[in-house]
Amino acid sequence: MHRLTLAQIARGLADKAFSAEELTRALLARIAEHDGTLNSFITVTEERALEQARAADARRAAGEQGALLGAPIAHKDLFCTKGVLTTCGSKILHNFVSPYDATVVEKLTAAGAVSLGKLNMDEFAMGSANESSHYGPVKNPWDLSRVPGGSSGGSAAAIAARLLPAATGTDTGGSIRQPAALTGLTGLKPTYGRVSRWGMVAYASSLDQAGPMARSAEDCALLLQAMAGLDPKDSTSVDQPVDDYLAALNQPLAGLRIGLPKEYFGEGLDARIADKVLAVVEVLKTLGATVKDISLPNTRHAIPSYYVIAPAEASSNLSRFDGVRFGYRCENPVDLTDLYKRSRAEGFGDEVKRRIMVGTYALSAGYYDAYYLKAQRIRRLIKNDFVEAFGEVDLILGPTTPNLAWKLGEKNADPVSAYLEDIYTITANLAGIPGLSMPAGFIDGLPVGVQLLAPYFQESRLLNVAHQYQQVTDWHKQAPESF
Amino acid sequence: MQWETVIGLEIHAQLATASKIFSGSATTFGAEPNTQASLVDLGMPGVLPVLNENAVRMACMFGLAVDAEIGERNVFARKNYFYPDLPKGYQTSQMDHPIVGRGFLDITLEDGTSKRIGITRAHLEEDAGKSLHEDFHGMSGIDLNRAGTPLLEIVSEPDIRSAKEAVAYVKAIHALVRYLGICDGNMAEGSLRCDCNVSVRPKGQAEFGTRAEIKNVNSFRFIEKAINHEVQRQIELIEDGGKVVQETRLYDPNKDETRSMRSKEEANDYRYFPCPDLLPVVIERSFLEELRTQLPELPVQKRERFEREFGLSAYDASVLSASREMADYFEQVNATCGDAKLAANWVMGELSSLLNKDNLDIEQSPVSAGQLGGLILRIKDNTISGKIAKMVFEALAGGEGASADEVIERKGLKQVTDSGAIEAMLDEVLAANAAQVEQYRASDEAKRGKMFGFFVGQAMKASRGKANPQQVNELLKKKLEG
Repeated sequence: MHRLTLAQIARGLADKAFSAEELTRALLARIAEHDGTLNSFITVTEERALEQARAADARRAAGEQGALLGAPIAHKDLFCTKGVLTTCGSKILHNFVSPYDATVVEKLTAAGAVSLGKLNMDEFAMGSANESSHYGPVKNPWDLSRVPGGSSGGSAAAIAARLLPAATGTDTGGSIRQPAALTGLTGLKPTYGRVSRWGMVAYASSLDQAGPMARSAEDCALLLQAMAGLDPKDSTSVDQPVDDYLAALNQPLAGLRIGLPKEYFGEGLDARIADKVLAVVEVLKTLGATVKDISLPNTRHAIPSYYVIAPAEASSNLSRFDGVRFGYRCENPVDLTDLYKRSRAEGFGDEVKRRIMVGTYALSAGYYDAYYLKAQRIRRLIKNDFVEAFGEVDLILGPTTPNLAWKLGEKNADPVSAYLEDIYTITANLAGIPGLSMPAGFIDGLPVGVQLLAPYFQESRLLNVAHQYQQVTDWHKQAPESF
Repeated sequence: MQWETVIGLEIHAQLATASKIFSGSATTFGAEPNTQASLVDLGMPGVLPVLNENAVRMACMFGLAVDAEIGERNVFARKNYFYPDLPKGYQTSQMDHPIVGRGFLDITLEDGTSKRIGITRAHLEEDAGKSLHEDFHGMSGIDLNRAGTPLLEIVSEPDIRSAKEAVAYVKAIHALVRYLGICDGNMAEGSLRCDCNVSVRPKGQAEFGTRAEIKNVNSFRFIEKAINHEVQRQIELIEDGGKVVQETRLYDPNKDETRSMRSKEEANDYRYFPCPDLLPVVIERSFLEELRTQLPELPVQKRERFEREFGLSAYDASVLSASREMADYFEQVNATCGDAKLAANWVMGELSSLLNKDNLDIEQSPVSAGQLGGLILRIKDNTISGKIAKMVFEALAGGEGASADEVIERKGLKQVTDSGAIEAMLDEVLAANAAQVEQYRASDEAKRGKMFGFFVGQAMKASRGKANPQQVNELLKKKLEG
């Protein structure tokens, strides 16, 4: 039962092949069996999950239908969930039980999804390896000595190990797409503003976006359908009708114009990954796509720009974790300054502190113009690159990551080398466009991801292309040996 | 040496919106601590602000009223600093793109002349909460009811040259925001607070001296005292060979002194940057034009109308238009009695001294505008004399009747205008003062003038003030000359 996709589960529940409760019990048992190894969950909400499952069964018995009614999922641990611990992977929120639900959580609950718990992540979503979590690193199910990617590493590992069919993630610089690539999943970062950020603990507000992670494009479509839409509680969410993603999946690809940016195939890219990506292009050609070389000339400025903007926003967003109202407070503070200093020094991990310091510096009087303003100007240039490119092509395709999943601890001594892993994903966040990563094969038994980028609000196009590709390939159906 | 004072003011006006600037919580003053603090006001993880449209509307009204440029695109920025009553660790404010740009306000000085004070900008921001230091046994409590209350920070140019001018300017702003209905102006509750930037320079010097900022002064009287004290302190410091340092100071009304809070070196680097959770606010011309038509009559316009329509002096018109309540009261008195001049005299005379004596606002006046108008009507139709009217006014103030007519009736104060009765009374008075009558008749014109008053006095006394003074005058003259 644990191998079923969301789409298959929906059919099984509709056909009464099994109940939501049976399914939930099976997955909870699987989590209990395997998560000691993987460490993908921070909190498993067993009783709540069973309650929700029984409620879903009752709703179905009462005649209600719905693709997610009774579907088991879990949330990255930065979505606030009422009455449940929400840690953000940080010690500073080790005791924070949210008094409210994030909009994403509320919507998925309303759709009848059963949440099995809260998934591990890099602390405050800062990281590409899921090694910065206060709750310990997450292992990659394809090779337990390797990282699953990050920051939505818990979501990725749990889905890849078949503990769950799908989960929520968030993507600020690649945090859905990169772990999806490293664990053989399909993950979508929607257009900025497509999904509400209310109740999603902020890392970098102008870049953060929630999205679905699953084993197929179809499942991502199912999940995104329930997550997307305008939210009056989030001023940056956009008032734009939500497409019928499922209906769009089956559009033929004839005439699809794909652009291959030369900057995404240059130095730093593992040549074996390049080959896999080009093989995807060949398949898409057989489905009717045409291919063109394009250029996104400002790509090389993306990482420096991102590592000013994101830490700058983070330095401000994370100021509220001060030991005063909630979360970790140091023992016996002697005065206010001591309370602040020690609560934050003891509550935050190294990577978070590093980014707070970088961001604080970038916003300081005398440096603001040279760093923050300049980074914003670069951001505009990157956006313009895409606008121009999408004048010529319908879709941009390239590798999701320059390298395969690396060994746990391998990049700890050199944070910048980890930052460089986000080279192909960061531009979509800076520009605000949607991006999807899907499996493109294996190298040495490790998954390879290919990234598709589309113009604003064309999530349906991304899902359509990925789904069509997945109809003629089976990379996405491969499971790690021991799971 | 002759010194010149230079003052610029930052006034924080709490906008009278029903809910907070970025959340739906109520803004009522004085509620139980933390009962008006929502998830957003508490700065919970994951919450987001949504701008209150009404706060923007009110800020625009202010902008229109001070003839300011109103930015078409304005941006909220975060001002970052740590403080326990600042839940998010930053205050959402405006920096580079304030909603209200350059404008001005004309103020009337004590000598009746007018002075134009430049307004640099006015921007929207959220208020912080309050730290409570009592009742917590060596700890502090935090009340976040006030956190997120919309503020309009109004920054003046350094155009003010004395404490008195500063007070006149704050009073004018106070009147304006109340006229506009965008702030209740309650300074005791902190609805209007003032930071005073004060410096001194030798008269004739073009450059400004180093300024000190006195934070959060919350009454007209304290503004005057704090500035005067600070000016004196700076002059003495410089004359003793010292130097003013740029710093923030606090005024202590109990000791009537300012003392240093923090110096420029200790000042925070606020690391302002545009708030990524809020989109830039675009204010369309059509919105402003529509808003302009909804503006109430403002103090300056009202003053001009009072002069034009009622023939009041510039001084009277400016006193009566100083507050919306005063102007409304005056207009209601006038509407009842139909005599603007008398209405003005009574409002500025008897009524004002009554209010001053008991330290009351005009809204708390024990004599209503209707009552005062009714009283003036009786003066006009000769039912009572001006002197009796003051008695009636006092009776009304003391709650001795619902209307002037009732007081007059009950106390029998109606003026005697029956000339037969007055003549009979005068005959008695003259008979009782036969010697003076004889003396009068023997005197020349100049002397008679002086003595005439004596007979009037006696006559009024005999009538207990009720005889019509004009008739008494005429008939008395006739009888004495006769």
